[in-house]
Amino acid sequence: MLKLDEIQKRLLREVADLHEVPEGAYNIRSNSRSAGRQSTAHIEITPKTDVSGLDIRILPGTKNESVHIPVVMTESGLKELVYNDFHIGADSDVVIVAGCGIDNCGPKDSEHDGIHRFFVGRNARVRYVEKHYGSGSGEGKRILNPGTEVYQEEGSSVEMEMVQIKGVDDTVRTTRAELAAGAKLVVRERLMTHGRQNAISTYVVSLNGEGASADVVSRSVARDDSFQKFDAKIIGNAACHGHTECDSIIMDRGRILAVPGLEANDVDAALVHEAAIGKIAGDQIVKLMTLGLTEAEAEEQIINGFLR
Amino acid sequence: MLELQSISFQVPDGGVEKEIIRDVSLRIPDGRLIVVTGPNGGGKSTLAKLIAGIEKPTAGRILLNGEDITGLGITERAGRGIGFAFQQPVRFKGIRVLDLIRIAAGKTISISEACDYLSSVGLCARDYVDREVNASLSGGELKRIEIATVLARGSSLSVFDEPEAGIDLWSFQNLIEVFRRMREAIRERSILIISHQERILNIADEIVVLRDGRVADSGAREDVLPSLIGTAAAVGDCPRLDPPKGADKVC
Repeated sequence: MLKLDEIQKRLLREVADLHEVPEGAYNIRSNSRSAGRQSTAHIEITPKTDVSGLDIRILPGTKNESVHIPVVMTESGLKELVYNDFHIGADSDVVIVAGCGIDNCGPKDSEHDGIHRFFVGRNARVRYVEKHYGSGSGEGKRILNPGTEVYQEEGSSVEMEMVQIKGVDDTVRTTRAELAAGAKLVVRERLMTHGRQNAISTYVVSLNGEGASADVVSRSVARDDSFQKFDAKIIGNAACHGHTECDSIIMDRGRILAVPGLEANDVDAALVHEAAIGKIAGDQIVKLMTLGLTEAEAEEQIINGFLR
Repeated sequence: MLELQSISFQVPDGGVEKEIIRDVSLRIPDGRLIVVTGPNGGGKSTLAKLIAGIEKPTAGRILLNGEDITGLGITERAGRGIGFAFQQPVRFKGIRVLDLIRIAAGKTISISEACDYLSSVGLCARDYVDREVNASLSGGELKRIEIATVLARGSSLSVFDEPEAGIDLWSFQNLIEVFRRMREAIRERSILIISHQERILNIADEIVVLRDGRVADSGAREDVLPSLIGTAAAVGDCPRLDPPKGADKVC
């Protein structure tokens, strides 16, 4: 029942590692239409009636199940705004794979703006993987503006892996999270920009309950004439632990602005930020060259490792 | 065989050219372990870098098995069989020990083959193969991994720049064992170690003394070593084992 052409299949592989219809619950969105949807006994996916988007309801206690909601766009000039809400029941343990791939071979800009809201129940565990990818030789830009809101109840745990390695011209990524007591948020962002791309990533994480913790780490590479801004703020409103880190490699004429921010509103809030920007160390390249790699191969290995 | 013919190396220093290596000629035959020693600042590390292609000589020629490699870069020399272990091993975020050994081997070797190289430098392979070559490793661990990468390359000439630098005494004793084993398995390969540790000099076939950028002495170990003992060119493990009375610390 899935009708996807070869380009759409390739995008699906890039953003969701999908080679065929996934097991478990899924919704595959292709050129603003649903190309396939499946709910399971514990996970219900229903389309919203007021705006474009989905409600994904995961029953309390659902364990070891997954939800795939990839988006692919291959028509030049498409612009869409999608709202997906995830209601994750207490004590569940699930993997959610999102991601968007745009192939734009035409002259008009293609844009997907996805607003994801996560309502994470008590003691639930979520692993969220989001990959963004762009391809196509057209002059039209490939634009992705993901907005993510995370509301974590007591004792819940969310691990987010957000990756954008190639081909997205413009991105403004906004992530907000609010954590109750004992909740834990781990974010691993990996970003590479090239050409004349712009990427802005903003985080505001509020640690509102005792024992809440957040670890927001971005590793990024800016090549050619690209620009990145990493703006991560952690607000400690209780006895909590927060750590944010931006570690970047800059190449060619790339530019990076790192704005780590901490706000402590409780005497027992322990907050740390780290930021480092620099070019690839010359001795790293020399070492790999003594192992037989060319300078270009050495650079590639160093960047691949850094963005692993 | 590696041959250095009248090699000189100058660097600009405050408006004048400073000569770090002065008209050095050396032959490193196959199947030999050569140790280059001498006081600090004598040009030892520079000589190692000139051999690996990290620096280019300002005069003279370098021949490898008769081929003039003076103009070749680091990659080309590595391809022709010159391996180089850094004095200060480099750290990499995200690159695992396994990745580095595979890059060194030049092919996708199995995990168990990679582990063999780690075991041969005295590391418990299972604990290290998946670790990143980053700041979480100690100086001694990094040094051994560095040596494992050179072993994995299977170079015909392996150059080690001060392998004892930056490691503790216990690790150093293990390192001596590693070099002793390499010495036993040398066959047609050759090893060049930059060091002023007496225990490394003790396993050399030949010793070259470099002082003020010149070869001050060279020859078989038994001929050269006796005159070096007790000088900065042959430092013992721990010269003050007997503490003075009332002293709390040894060494």
